[in-house]
Amino acid sequence: MAAEVGGDSGAPKKGKKKGKARKSKKRPRIDMTPMVDLGFLLLTFFVLTTTMSTPNTMPVVVPPKIEKNEEVEPPKISEGKVITLLVGRGKIYYYTGIEKPELRITDFSRSGIRKVLLERRAEVEDRYGKGEMIVIIKMMDEAQYKDFVDILDEMAVVEQKKYALVNITPEEVALVEDYKKST
Amino acid sequence: MAKFKAKKQNIAIDMTPMVDLAFLLITFFMLTVKFRAPEAVEVQLPSSIADTPLPAQDILVISVSRDGRIFFGVDSKHTRLAILDKIRERYGYEFDEQEKKIFSVLPEIGVPFEQLKSYLSFGELERKAIDKKVSIPVDSANNQLKQWILFARYSNPRIRIAIRADEQAPYPVIARIIETLKEQKVHRFNLITTLEAKPKS
Repeated sequence: MAAEVGGDSGAPKKGKKKGKARKSKKRPRIDMTPMVDLGFLLLTFFVLTTTMSTPNTMPVVVPPKIEKNEEVEPPKISEGKVITLLVGRGKIYYYTGIEKPELRITDFSRSGIRKVLLERRAEVEDRYGKGEMIVIIKMMDEAQYKDFVDILDEMAVVEQKKYALVNITPEEVALVEDYKKST
Repeated sequence: MAKFKAKKQNIAIDMTPMVDLAFLLITFFMLTVKFRAPEAVEVQLPSSIADTPLPAQDILVISVSRDGRIFFGVDSKHTRLAILDKIRERYGYEFDEQEKKIFSVLPEIGVPFEQLKSYLSFGELERKAIDKKVSIPVDSANNQLKQWILFARYSNPRIRIAIRADEQAPYPVIARIIETLKEQKVHRFNLITTLEAKPKS
């Protein structure tokens, strides 16, 4: 069978030369540009969709809730090591220490909260040593989820390991209200 | 100076290898791409520098819409069916095969338990319309989110909890969810975010 086919294809070629119109030997050129265009368009689409659909996560650890019947002393911390951040919508009110807090305001920009944290840390580390600063984060009701993520992110950026998420007290709410009125 | 006459002849480039490569890559990406399941709530995620990828399995997602409505979702069909069974046991609602089937493919659910059966009997379009205005109750008197989480953890003890909230979701809602998690001794959870470049120091 195979030999026959081979013979077949060999023989008529010569015949062609004589009789039938000669087929051009040139291979037809196909313009592949549109196909390449389409190919790369799809490629771009899939590349973009794959990278965009990988969300990341930020781990959060919250302190356990103290049961009403449990008698747990809240941990005592030194006033000099603390900075308290009251996070509102897009802005942060902060104070240091515990007694007679003097409220100041900053925002989430680079020169805002990051600078405040780094300065306070330098201050604390001078007096108490490395890694002694404690940040207390209190979210206000006006805050949005973005503010929450941003402030936790800021802790990651300045590599602040010791921080706690605490509920805001009515005194602090009043403090912020006073501050807003005075400015 | 004599000018060189540029040759008019077109240079034909053989594009076949390029096309081959392009299509090879397309095939690769088409096969690897994982399209996100249609979600009941649209959420604009906040960005953070966290770069841990979200685990693909054993995950419980609590979604919060821009206006603070809460939705609940688990990743596997098996867990969903187990949860439905727990709801039947606890609340006494009977679900037929059709309703079970629908529930098992729902990525997220936001209706209170009382409305669940009627919700599952509706068509897809009606369900979409309902999704625009419902939320899982989280008040201290009727904390159904707590029940959902409880059922999910019974059904799959390895499940991990993630919060997927819109960046403009009001914080008090998030605080309620965290409180609910704390009540169940969940102190470690994840916030789903998109990646943002780490600032150079």
